Amino acid sequence: MAHAAAAHHTSLGLDSRKMAFWAFIGSECLLFASLISTYLIYKGRSLVGPYPHDILNIPFTSISTFDLLMSSLMMVLALAAVQRGDLKWAKVWLFLTALLGIFFLAGQVYEFTSFVHEGLTLQRNLFGASFFVLTGTHGAHVTVGVIWILTLWSRALRGKLGKANALTVEICGLYWHFVDVVWIVIFTVVYLIQ
Amino acid sequence: MSGTKGLTSWLTTTDHKRIGLLYFWTAFVFFLIGGLEALIIRAQLARPGNTVVSAETFNQLFTMHGTTMIFLALMPLSAAFFNYIVPLQIGARDVAFPRLNAFSYWAFVLGGLFLNASWLLPNHPVPDAGWFGYANLTSREFSPGPNIDFWLLGLQILGVASLAAGFNFIVTILNLRAPGMKMMRLPVFSWMTLVTSFLIITAFPVVTVALVLLMFDRFFGTHFYLASAGGDPVLWQHLFWIFGHPEVYILILPAMGIISEVLPTFARKPLFGYTVVVYSGVLIGFMGWGVWSHHMFSVGLGPIADSVFSGTTMLIAVPTGVKIFNWLATLWGGQIRATSALHFAVGFIALFTIGGLSGVMHASPPADLQQTDTYFVVAHIHYVLFGGTVFGLFAGMYYWWPKMTGRLLGERLGKLHFWLMFVGMNLAFFPMHFIGLLGMPRRIYTYAPELGVAKLNLVSTVGAFLIGVSILVFLFNAWRTRKRGKVAGNDPWGGATLEWTIPSPPPPHNFDVIPTVASRLPRWSMTQLKAIPEGAELEKPHAPAGSWWPLVAACGLPVLALAPLTHTLWVAFLGAAILITGIYRWAFEPFEV
Repeated sequence: MAHAAAAHHTSLGLDSRKMAFWAFIGSECLLFASLISTYLIYKGRSLVGPYPHDILNIPFTSISTFDLLMSSLMMVLALAAVQRGDLKWAKVWLFLTALLGIFFLAGQVYEFTSFVHEGLTLQRNLFGASFFVLTGTHGAHVTVGVIWILTLWSRALRGKLGKANALTVEICGLYWHFVDVVWIVIFTVVYLIQ
Repeated sequence: MSGTKGLTSWLTTTDHKRIGLLYFWTAFVFFLIGGLEALIIRAQLARPGNTVVSAETFNQLFTMHGTTMIFLALMPLSAAFFNYIVPLQIGARDVAFPRLNAFSYWAFVLGGLFLNASWLLPNHPVPDAGWFGYANLTSREFSPGPNIDFWLLGLQILGVASLAAGFNFIVTILNLRAPGMKMMRLPVFSWMTLVTSFLIITAFPVVTVALVLLMFDRFFGTHFYLASAGGDPVLWQHLFWIFGHPEVYILILPAMGIISEVLPTFARKPLFGYTVVVYSGVLIGFMGWGVWSHHMFSVGLGPIADSVFSGTTMLIAVPTGVKIFNWLATLWGGQIRATSALHFAVGFIALFTIGGLSGVMHASPPADLQQTDTYFVVAHIHYVLFGGTVFGLFAGMYYWWPKMTGRLLGERLGKLHFWLMFVGMNLAFFPMHFIGLLGMPRRIYTYAPELGVAKLNLVSTVGAFLIGVSILVFLFNAWRTRKRGKVAGNDPWGGATLEWTIPSPPPPHNFDVIPTVASRLPRWSMTQLKAIPEGAELEKPHAPAGSWWPLVAACGLPVLALAPLTHTLWVAFLGAAILITGIYRWAFEPFEV
């Protein structure tokens, strides 16, 4: 993944790709802020049930939250491995990061399916609409992250993820941690403070 | 693949200058289309009870006129200058991400074509709910056809294009400055590009969410904006204007940047109060986030919200006014050369001030209640966006045309263009203040003679066609200049900034040696910039490589958007596959700048 920007002298001494990614994360904050605001504005305005307290399963979601937090830890370990040029452990940690991400997504699929069975659909009420769009958008972000991490993992399997690629992994890590932080906010706002 | 001739070289180019030219001409074509729509609107309104177009077509015309001018003409014309001029002004070889830049351009073209494709379908299902598409008008219940779908999907594609460009220019300006080009030595146009880019990356996610919610309402049966199911149509207004007001500054700040370059050059004086102009621009960027509800006074948000937004709106006029005085002080006592570019820049100051004043009038809720949804508001927006942005952009065209093409636009034709446009613009839009205050609502396809606005409307129509004539003069001038224009040389104007140190048009690598900057006005300083630093080794200039993958990735977007329109799932998979293929090949292709 040789990139043009790496060859440039940079005015702020920060790699251009990393800076662009921070700007991207700033932009994403506004995206999730708008979705979370929409959720909060419509809280308690559903005309028919099911309502949040009927349906949200805090113990189950706590486990998937813990799972996603652990995947962030795996990502940190993966980056550390790549930075010291340890390909063997980079493979292990990257795989585990992606696996925990997939577990999270599986949990979300299970959660969505059981909600639909209990009568909460996109069309049912405002809670359903704003809940599914908010958590679905987050889930789409996790999916992109998993694909990205698996791509890095496949590079590692072919021995193409050396120290020189540390920045690539670091940026992927930034994305992954950001998605994780957004989930902490969603978990708090949607699940814990009902 | 990295040649400089032929269609392929344009399709794969990653050179910021060529992408700038692509942006320019594409946006100019959309500007002509939007202008044509405006002329049909004015022909319909020339006299009472006119029947040039039906009420339905009229709705489509004003919707597409607004949407086209804002998203397909003015923003990308500004982007054309960001692309062409900013890397030259900051002393860079290209933007930070040349292929992302190409992707932005192609996503913009395809989004624009997608939006306008609605004209070509049977029965013309063209968007017809106004450029800010208020909720309820846009719900499936009241607009069952695909009209609004074209609008909301097209705007999402355009949003992707703008966001990608925003990230690119933030990094370019912060990170690719030549040695010695400190932030407070940055030319004002580059500064305003930076502020605009920050506004783009923060405002567009909000409108994306507004559009996504609308998409769910229309395609998946949710009730985000449906009052009957507990939803709130006002949520759309909040989300749209939280984007919409920063968008106004996205449209005007680049033009302010342009005239901050043009005025000093033709007054042969440094910009008066550079620091204050820069800080005012940044302040406008911040304050632009706190005024959105002044678009919604008539909703009835309550006295507290109305008072707060009224106050912030009046406050934002302060940094704007500061800039106007700085520009006037720049001209004061200068050795004025009354070129066409300066005519347009001074025209900007005069007309934008009128638009700004009527803007402060709307800031007072009781006055706004009289003016809202009348032609008064139409007059205001056109003084700001036509008298302001369009005049600023033409100032930029006359100023940078020689840099971009190597030849100067004709001055006599340029001044004819200016005067026709200046007179036409005032004839077209000044009477609208009165038309509005006399009670004619906007967006109504006709009016009765008893309203007493027939003469004023006729004057306005004559003005609009005069603007049309002035654009023809400009096009003739541009066409004539290709062969007969005066050859520009490096610096036809005696400009102060780095773009004037290199040939016109610049070579692919821009600078033989990256300059070292020692002052805010390198070409006017006693300390003079050293064109070639002593002992510097000449780098071997290399032509930028081309790439197909930005174009391929961008093609995935309209295909994805076709899926909901055609209700076919495999189209969505096809679009995603094209997009993902494009991104992967892009990420893994060897690429050197």
